[in-house]
Amino acid sequence: MGNRCAVIGVGQTRYQTKRRDVSIAGLVREAALRALEDAGLTFADIDAVVIGKAPDLFEGVMMPEAYLADALGARGKPMMRVHTAGSVGGSTALVGASLIQGGVHDRVLVVAFEKQSESNATWALSTHLPFSASLVVGAGGYFAPHIREYIRRTGAPEHVGALVAVKDRKNALLNPYAHLKIPGISLEMVQSTPMLWEPIRYLETCPSSDGACAMVLSSEKAVTGTPAWVHGTAMRSEPIFRAGRDTVNPRGGQDCAADVYRQAGITDPRRELDAAEVYVPFSWYEPMWLENLGFCAEGEGWKLTESGVTALGGDMPWNPSGGVLSSNPIGASGLIRFAEAALQVRGRAGEHQVPGARRALGHAYGGGAQFFAMWIVGSDRP
Amino acid sequence: MSAGVPLTAEHVLEFPGGYTRTTGPVIGRFLTELREGRLMGVRTAGGRVLVPPLEYDPETGEPVTDEWVRVGPAGTVLTWAWVESPRPSHPLDRPFAWALVRPDGADTALVHAVDAGNVKSMRTGMRVRPDFVPGPERRGHIRDIRAFVPEVTRIVSPIRTRYRVSAGKALTRFLEGVAEGVFIGGRCDTCAKVYVPYRVSCPECGGVIAEEVNLPDTGTITTFAINNLPDPRAPEVPFVSAYVLLDGADIPMITLVGGVPAHEVRQGMRVRAVWVPPEERGMSMSNVKWFAPTGEPDAEVSR
Repeated sequence: MGNRCAVIGVGQTRYQTKRRDVSIAGLVREAALRALEDAGLTFADIDAVVIGKAPDLFEGVMMPEAYLADALGARGKPMMRVHTAGSVGGSTALVGASLIQGGVHDRVLVVAFEKQSESNATWALSTHLPFSASLVVGAGGYFAPHIREYIRRTGAPEHVGALVAVKDRKNALLNPYAHLKIPGISLEMVQSTPMLWEPIRYLETCPSSDGACAMVLSSEKAVTGTPAWVHGTAMRSEPIFRAGRDTVNPRGGQDCAADVYRQAGITDPRRELDAAEVYVPFSWYEPMWLENLGFCAEGEGWKLTESGVTALGGDMPWNPSGGVLSSNPIGASGLIRFAEAALQVRGRAGEHQVPGARRALGHAYGGGAQFFAMWIVGSDRP
Repeated sequence: MSAGVPLTAEHVLEFPGGYTRTTGPVIGRFLTELREGRLMGVRTAGGRVLVPPLEYDPETGEPVTDEWVRVGPAGTVLTWAWVESPRPSHPLDRPFAWALVRPDGADTALVHAVDAGNVKSMRTGMRVRPDFVPGPERRGHIRDIRAFVPEVTRIVSPIRTRYRVSAGKALTRFLEGVAEGVFIGGRCDTCAKVYVPYRVSCPECGGVIAEEVNLPDTGTITTFAINNLPDPRAPEVPFVSAYVLLDGADIPMITLVGGVPAHEVRQGMRVRAVWVPPEERGMSMSNVKWFAPTGEPDAEVSR
């Protein structure tokens, strides 16, 4: 795993439908300055910048590493862009961490963003090349059949998806940065919303958000303030069209989880982790990823959700921040998971703090559930 | 003359040429500056800047000072009312807002029109700037400002990339089959998996796929979505997009399912391609109208 690496600063913007008051440059700078302030540093203390965003068509920004260098204080420093679809925020953190772990730099600023209001992600995901006849409409259209298959395999009752939608939105009420705030959200409210891509209902989907997230990563000797130590990092990918590929429980996710647990010395994530921030853009992905990430046996994920294990007061809270279901600046969504995991083990999560959290998982996935990025952070130096 | 109908007539009362108004030194200065394209306020003895100026401070009744202050020209909308149907005497002949605009540096607001184009563009707190009429047309009147207009906060940035897309050898071969009403797949030399559409390398093992396999146009729905959002490629809403595992293939294709109400589609349902008539076919997947149920008993869905 290389040299020790720590998160010493976290910065987020308030996530909302439209940030009309700032440019993309202003948006990323807001998050970056907050992360630097949290670390007690300035741009002058940063050695390199790593930036991530969702696919180019999402905003028509092709080279953010060039466009945003000034805004991120990168003049004269290495700056690079990471690109792994929806998992990009997580991959961005891991590329930044690798620069510390490899001994290349002492302090790296990682930033990810999306300004969905400048464009339309569903359009960007539904461009159809000549000769093909793909009928997939947006992310929901792609993931709905796999959710249906999960429900068939496990016999999960219909209300489980809605339970996740309610739980994450209740958590969002405790997070000052969260986008969707739905006071009084209830099972009945979620179940009364229309099916968009059956079996996915409207309130079981993530919002479209503008926002940015940033972290300052540090080597052991350059740590300031309260560190969250990186205990393990892993990335995996797999081809989207592969015979025998299990789209409900992808091998890439299983292997990635096994790798990150091995590095962190974890054999039973359900018992040994205190919190998890997992990429759940459609509610049913909570039980699906509970199984994929080894928090329970296959077919048992929905039972953990149903019994309240993953609630903020449960014994294995998932997405105490409200998760992707409550805030979704796509390119940043993975980095937010990683950052929220760090906030938990630093004891800085405010009202959505899991009491005494010492080890937490940050997770992101992207593409057709084919890119995976994960880290485990802890309050103790590994 | 019929009883009960009142006797009426139009009558116009208008002083010929219009009344004059002697401005006095304060209002006169304001309008003179306006004619020069400048927005000015006057300071009161208490230090406030009044725009438009008044001769006497409404708070104290004392004359205002002779200190003039250039304000704005940008300002902030404090409140507004939308006029959907302007009257003939209104400053604009299309929908606009009457607004209280406080110029930067002023302590008061002036009433003027905001030409925002659309009520959705109006917002309390929005930033606006005066649009002066051209110099020779100014006459020292509040209408020397045509209207206030929103500051630029957003531009449109069209991006258009034009490609020539080559189907490539494998997809061309597949579409040649589709033009004849046949799905051509390929069997991996190494792992024997059958891929459709035809492709030349195996994503599982990296092996070469050399052997073509003609697959039947029947298969089983492995899973599906019922889409309630419209799509130009679907005939109606809701429509079903399904993964269909063709008989003999090892990977499903995503297709439209038709000929059956959406809510009767099942995992395991047996389906067959519905082809458009041969004379309408080309090198395109649109040769397949959709897949429709065969009526056979459902197949077992393996995972």
